[in-house]
Amino acid sequence: MTDQDQMIPNNQDWRTLEDFVDSPDFAEVMQRDFPREAEVIRSTGMKRRDFLKLMGASVVMGGLTLSGCGPTSRPNEQIIPYVQMPEGMIPGRPQQYASSMVMGGYATGVLIETHTGRPTRVDGNPNHPASLGASNSMILASIFELYNPDRSVTIRNEGEESDMEAFTSALDGVRERLSTGFGLRILSGVNTSPSLARQIEELTSTFPNVAWYQYEPLARDNVHAGVELAFGEVLNTIYNFAEADVILDLDSDFLVKLPGSLAYARQYADGRRVRNDNQTMNRLYAVESHPSNTGAVADHRLGLKAGDVGLLALALADALGADGGAPVEDAPWSAEFFDAVVADLQASGGRSVVVVGDGQPAVVHALGHAINAALGAVGTTVNYTDSVITNPTNSVDDLSLFIGDMASGEAEAVLILGGNPSFDAPADSGFAGALARVPFSVHLSLYNNETSQGATWHVPATHFVEEWGDARAYDGSISIVQPPIGAMWDTTISEHQLIAMLAGDERSGYDIVRETYSDLSDADWRRALHDGAVPDTAFEPISPSVSLRVVPADEISGAGDELELIFLQDEATYDGRFAHNAWLLELPRAISKLSWDNVAIVSPATAEELNVSTGDLVDITLNGATMQAPILEQSMMVDGAIAVSLGYGTGISPELDEGLNFNAYPLRSIDSMYFASGAEVSRSGGRYPLAIVQKEFDDMGTYPVRYATLDEFIEHPDFVEAEHSEATLIPINVWDYSDGYQWGMSIELTSCIGCNACIMGCSTENNVPSVGKAEVLQNRDMHWLRVDRFDFGKEGGSSFQPVPCMQCESAPCEPVCPVQATVHDHEGINNMVYNRCIGTRSCGANCPYSVRRFNFKEYTNDDSILAEGRNPDVSVRVRGVMEKCNYCVQRINAARIAASTNGRPGIMDGDVTPACAAACPTQAIVFGNINDPNARVTQAKSQTLDYSLLEELNTRPRTTYMGRVINPNVTLYDGAASWHDEDKKDEESSEAEAETTE
Amino acid sequence: MSQLFKPGVNTLARVSIAGGLATVVLALGMLLVANFSPYTIHGNYAGIAVAQPVRFSHELHSGQLNISCMYCHQQAEVSPYGGIPDTQTCMTCHANIAVYSELLQPVRDSWANDEPLIWLRVHDLAEHVYFNHSVHVQNGFACETCHGNVAEMPQVWQAEKQYMGWCLECHLAPEEFVRPLETRYEVGYEYPENQTEFGTELLIEYGVYGETEDSQDTTAEGIGLTTCATCHR
Repeated sequence: MTDQDQMIPNNQDWRTLEDFVDSPDFAEVMQRDFPREAEVIRSTGMKRRDFLKLMGASVVMGGLTLSGCGPTSRPNEQIIPYVQMPEGMIPGRPQQYASSMVMGGYATGVLIETHTGRPTRVDGNPNHPASLGASNSMILASIFELYNPDRSVTIRNEGEESDMEAFTSALDGVRERLSTGFGLRILSGVNTSPSLARQIEELTSTFPNVAWYQYEPLARDNVHAGVELAFGEVLNTIYNFAEADVILDLDSDFLVKLPGSLAYARQYADGRRVRNDNQTMNRLYAVESHPSNTGAVADHRLGLKAGDVGLLALALADALGADGGAPVEDAPWSAEFFDAVVADLQASGGRSVVVVGDGQPAVVHALGHAINAALGAVGTTVNYTDSVITNPTNSVDDLSLFIGDMASGEAEAVLILGGNPSFDAPADSGFAGALARVPFSVHLSLYNNETSQGATWHVPATHFVEEWGDARAYDGSISIVQPPIGAMWDTTISEHQLIAMLAGDERSGYDIVRETYSDLSDADWRRALHDGAVPDTAFEPISPSVSLRVVPADEISGAGDELELIFLQDEATYDGRFAHNAWLLELPRAISKLSWDNVAIVSPATAEELNVSTGDLVDITLNGATMQAPILEQSMMVDGAIAVSLGYGTGISPELDEGLNFNAYPLRSIDSMYFASGAEVSRSGGRYPLAIVQKEFDDMGTYPVRYATLDEFIEHPDFVEAEHSEATLIPINVWDYSDGYQWGMSIELTSCIGCNACIMGCSTENNVPSVGKAEVLQNRDMHWLRVDRFDFGKEGGSSFQPVPCMQCESAPCEPVCPVQATVHDHEGINNMVYNRCIGTRSCGANCPYSVRRFNFKEYTNDDSILAEGRNPDVSVRVRGVMEKCNYCVQRINAARIAASTNGRPGIMDGDVTPACAAACPTQAIVFGNINDPNARVTQAKSQTLDYSLLEELNTRPRTTYMGRVINPNVTLYDGAASWHDEDKKDEESSEAEAETTE
Repeated sequence: MSQLFKPGVNTLARVSIAGGLATVVLALGMLLVANFSPYTIHGNYAGIAVAQPVRFSHELHSGQLNISCMYCHQQAEVSPYGGIPDTQTCMTCHANIAVYSELLQPVRDSWANDEPLIWLRVHDLAEHVYFNHSVHVQNGFACETCHGNVAEMPQVWQAEKQYMGWCLECHLAPEEFVRPLETRYEVGYEYPENQTEFGTELLIEYGVYGETEDSQDTTAEGIGLTTCATCHR
């Protein structure tokens, strides 16, 4: 926050100038109203006379430039061609390379777009099983990491700058001593890379004193331990929601948080695409300990403390006759809900699935497998394969061994490949202290973080678009990490290169990875690179039989009455690895719509009990450790629990870290990696501003989301329709829309899961800047697309609604522009002409959908290295200019030009996909030519579910919505409160009549 | 009471009225000049040759030797950018021709040291404008139409003042400027007398007019050549 931002109090309103004048803030404004640069001049002790001399001189110099240099003062812009143009390269046309992004060990196929060698965009790869063309916000924002100004590019030894030569000779010294029995330990993240496994195995077989451990703060230890308890070996569980009629989510948030979530979300949505000719859909029950996307969109949602979810699993296993079940007394859920779930699961005939969350203890996972086996789901909705992870070990156990080796002195040298264990290891593990005792330690990392500073050597790592690598996807498919560019900095190396350097192997990263696949012919290898995955490497399903190695009833005791503390994988920082990613930090969180900060989420009832409210700073104490965090009340949060995110508060970036210092890791211990009972909360005094972009979650009876149950939809297929007058003050557009391409968009609310991928996809495509928390607090966030969330009021369920520019045919923004900077084109797009805009903001004021964004400040900085990653096909906007969604008109133009220059008859359906639609995991957004009767968008708009937002304004939007259909269980649902509730409608119309008669 | 105003005041009044008007007109005129001056708008450096680091002569290569534009600027057919040839393109000929020429020393140095040549931009399009070479070249709009007769330019200069109005001359009536595809790299082309009808026919043949099967629009406006997002996005 700059000084200027603090001048005007943004958390309180003032109505008259007097209110404002009396305040001490105003006095400060008066003090500082002169340019801050004046302070600088004064501080240099410059005399008034000198200042005037300088001013005079600069005027003279300026005049000389104007008069003397004349026409030759034209900007000498340079054009630098290649010496030898790379084959296949056409400057000006983007190239795409298939690659993979690895998170938590699991690969997701991506396409990396480059413009003459500059990567500008990471998208999903349609040919890859873990992506299917979709992406999530972290994949899309990963390109930020490449250009991040905070990224480390300097090799450091004991904190001092060093170079590659010194590091290489130090590493050579270690290698020479390895043969003398010198103890070396390697700590990597959870690994699925066959190449890295092969490299380290070669090393350990040559030098028996080398050992390898794997640790990640969000490793799926419980999942692996649970499957081992059920089957006796660590297997990989793959779900198939396409075959599921009934889905029970036990605190997993499987739509966004599992390794295969992009594929799972697609399967889930495909099972719910209700149309006039398809009136079947799956049913989702969500049981969860904290607000999540899956819970928000579920047909039925039950909030349970994380410690009580196991009890539900126990009771379910009992009711369904699965191994390990036991009756539960004094259950914290209603018998009605439980019976309905059991009946539904039983009735589905094996077309059902129970998904247990990563944070639940191993024994609950074991129960989950037993329940799925009892349901007959194995082979249908659940499949088991060999483990995707190399040497599936318990991450926390591995870390303890590693720390033990360091503390005992057995590890005389350690290599830490990525991660930040000094920051994110469990608080009671004593990692940082043990690391300090090791005489030679190397930390390979994108950032110079806590672990780097604790190690003797910090070596900057390459970004995944810079070096070769490989990993397995959630289904086992081998995915190649193919870099479109070489390393931007010659000080950076990849983990493969580091191990090779240690082994004295001088081969390139490419050679190392290629050798792993030496059985592939060159043609097959090229095929694999092109597709992004090696064909037929997904693991074959196996069918193991459940025999529990544990008595669950002995292990599960419930959460009790104490306050429960839950640690969450963060939507922005993940585990802290994206703590420097301004794009992700600014992206509003799915449920709370909060940007930039970590918060302690509590339910309103618990907040009242604790005597705190939203914005209060509190101290949270667990087992003697304390963290500070601001409170955020959330109606969907379970009572008696408090949830905090992991990954905030790594102290590396001074610019970003202000305010981002609520670190939850000090409270996390080996015994309570995901939740713990017995937390205490006390006010620490003071309040904290929270940048929440959506203030109201009640739709106030305006029904922006029109919804009905499946039964109601079958009975009234046109339930979305509402009567309204045709009167409008806005002139109807002059264009004839009956001809040519007419662009339109349809957004299916039933399948939207609120994952925010569309926002991030849009922002990276359209060079939308992140503006910082101070600006977001003043409602100046720039995202062209927002995802609204509205509470249904039924068991806390919600509906998400993405709102881009509606491209109204009768656009209210257009007549009010004094300079015609926003005008319609013949294809129905409301164009925004930045170079005409003079910044009156009338259009924004007149837009009923609030989709226009104004550049209050110069948010884009051309001197920043971030400018390298911008999309050159989209204008970068300056201060004082309005901007908004334009249906990715650059992509439409590109498709039109491609059709024209390739002699094709025209743009076909599917040639143009806006960035939001391309990113969407559930394909909720469809775009195309509404004049083409066979286009997908036309077919979507021809459904009776199709309606316009605020249609009573008669703006005739080109973006329309497909009403939301939910599939609740009739025994649990009283059938009221849907949009098409005749009683409610009648009531409202009679009210309206009453008003008019008055 | 004596006269307050002497007869000469009448003249003074007339002069000051005329002078005031003249001042206003002059001021407006100066504003207009300033508005189109190089200091406020890009694009009117027309007619000023730019001294390039390599004294490459289009007059020689394109004029006397009659080498096609596409030999060096082949990207213009496939890319938004017209494209500057890489050093390799120069060396395909100059490895054998004029190998000892002093003028070519920078080119040989570039080739030997693997360091790119640095050229100075002649046509600096205004910000916010996206011009695509390929779609123009592929649809019968010749290099000469915008770049002038480079065969007569020893050092290239900008042939036209690149104001938006100049772009719109063609975007309002492309049929007046389109040529048969086979003549698009020629210089000194002369348009036939019935260019309007001939041009319209060409545009229909090239698929510019009448984009889709059910749309046979044959006006520049109808196919969107004048909408903002065609060039500004």
